Amino acid sequence: MPKKKAARKPRKPRGAARPARGRSGPGVLLLVGTRKGAFLLRSDASRARWKVDGPQFLGQTVNHLVLDPRDGRTMLMAAKTGHLGPTVFRSTDGGKEWKEASKPPAFRKSPETLDGRSVGFTFALAPAHATEPGSWYAGTSPVGLFRSPDGGDSWEEIAGFNDGLFPRIEEKVGEVPGGSLAHSILVDPRNRAHLYLGLSTGGFFESVDKGANWRPLNKGVAATFLPEPDPEYGHDPHTVVLHPMKPDRLYQQNHCGLYRLDRPGDRWVRIGDNMPKEVGDIGFPIVVHPRDPDTAWVFPMDGTTVWPRTSPGGKPAVYRTRDAGASWQRQDRGFPREQAWFTVKRQAMSADACDPVGLYLGTTGGELWSSPDEGRTWRPIASHLPEILCVVAATT
Amino acid sequence: MTAVLVPPPLHSYTANVGRVEVPGATLGEVLSALDARFPGIRFRMIDEQDRVRPHIRFFVDGAAATHLAHPVGPAREVMIVCALSGG
Repeated sequence: MPKKKAARKPRKPRGAARPARGRSGPGVLLLVGTRKGAFLLRSDASRARWKVDGPQFLGQTVNHLVLDPRDGRTMLMAAKTGHLGPTVFRSTDGGKEWKEASKPPAFRKSPETLDGRSVGFTFALAPAHATEPGSWYAGTSPVGLFRSPDGGDSWEEIAGFNDGLFPRIEEKVGEVPGGSLAHSILVDPRNRAHLYLGLSTGGFFESVDKGANWRPLNKGVAATFLPEPDPEYGHDPHTVVLHPMKPDRLYQQNHCGLYRLDRPGDRWVRIGDNMPKEVGDIGFPIVVHPRDPDTAWVFPMDGTTVWPRTSPGGKPAVYRTRDAGASWQRQDRGFPREQAWFTVKRQAMSADACDPVGLYLGTTGGELWSSPDEGRTWRPIASHLPEILCVVAATT
Repeated sequence: MTAVLVPPPLHSYTANVGRVEVPGATLGEVLSALDARFPGIRFRMIDEQDRVRPHIRFFVDGAAATHLAHPVGPAREVMIVCALSGG
């Protein structure tokens, strides 16, 4: 596949005239993982012009691609191909050169039989706490949790999850069609031992001892696909985020709606009930404003009938709340007005740290859209990419 | 020594070499020797439970081999095939 340039000649959308402030520096770096390789997009300071570099690892399925905010240059990439097993690639120079992990995430070998679990692919990568440079977490499919102490070169199982919690979940939900996912690995910025983990399917869980023990945090969340009216776990969170400046504020986009949780409370509130009924509160990603805990964005998709999982009515829109979910506003300026059946996967929407905040989303049709003004206006910055699996914004 | 025919999806490990020779009396020993020379290549073909990954096939001296204990015969040739499916 030839290198690609931004699909359209950049034009200045309304609201984009102000240069990025705050941590904007020279611009924004977008790390884009696709079903057929990775792409890096770099913007100028105004975020009006973008340069597309790639593909890297053409043909490899890149589920996640993350820049380490602790050093600003280490990147980890979760990759596999159609025929080869999963691995993790590492770069320590901002994506110029890559090396494969010497020991990728893998379950312990079953001693006697061949029925032990094997990692299908690594789905989510998350830097550990800021005081633990070089440490990372990885979530896999089928669900497993791993930790690397050495910048992603070698990975060890977190036994408290893989041997402790997982068997209970497996007993409850059984085998998940299409494979289960460990995603949304959240580290409390105030306490490196305090972790959250989202499992699809399985539920949302908390550990206060760095993964040794886990407890479910699913009260108030619907699970209409389970026989029990209010199960302790077995739910299907699609994405869970915590606010970096108010870590007790959690938002969850679930298979069964949109929720908020304010700790130390343990009962989620369905803020999706405040969405327009004709749009609903089903989707995959959810993104928070980096400085305002009351502001978040979602990309609703059709969860009716046979679950098309496309923009409701073929009219793509982001919905924003500025009051922690009490109300939502439609943001669709720049998106097609009709016949646009976008699907945005759970790791394919992101926000930068600029002021105003830039938003980014990638579709399964290979279009990458950006808003330089907190969702007010949208425009495509790359088209004809492979199916987009992740979009991660880093302010450089 | 056993000749191993390495398909293009794995050439990133072998510096684009499609035929290498390594020691080994069984498929498992051959793959271990291959991994010692080209670190990481085995795990892309064999999972952590020593199972052959779903889209990998091995032919040892022309016969399909589905487990690591399969002996290498007199022809001393292991052919690796990547059986890609889907778009």
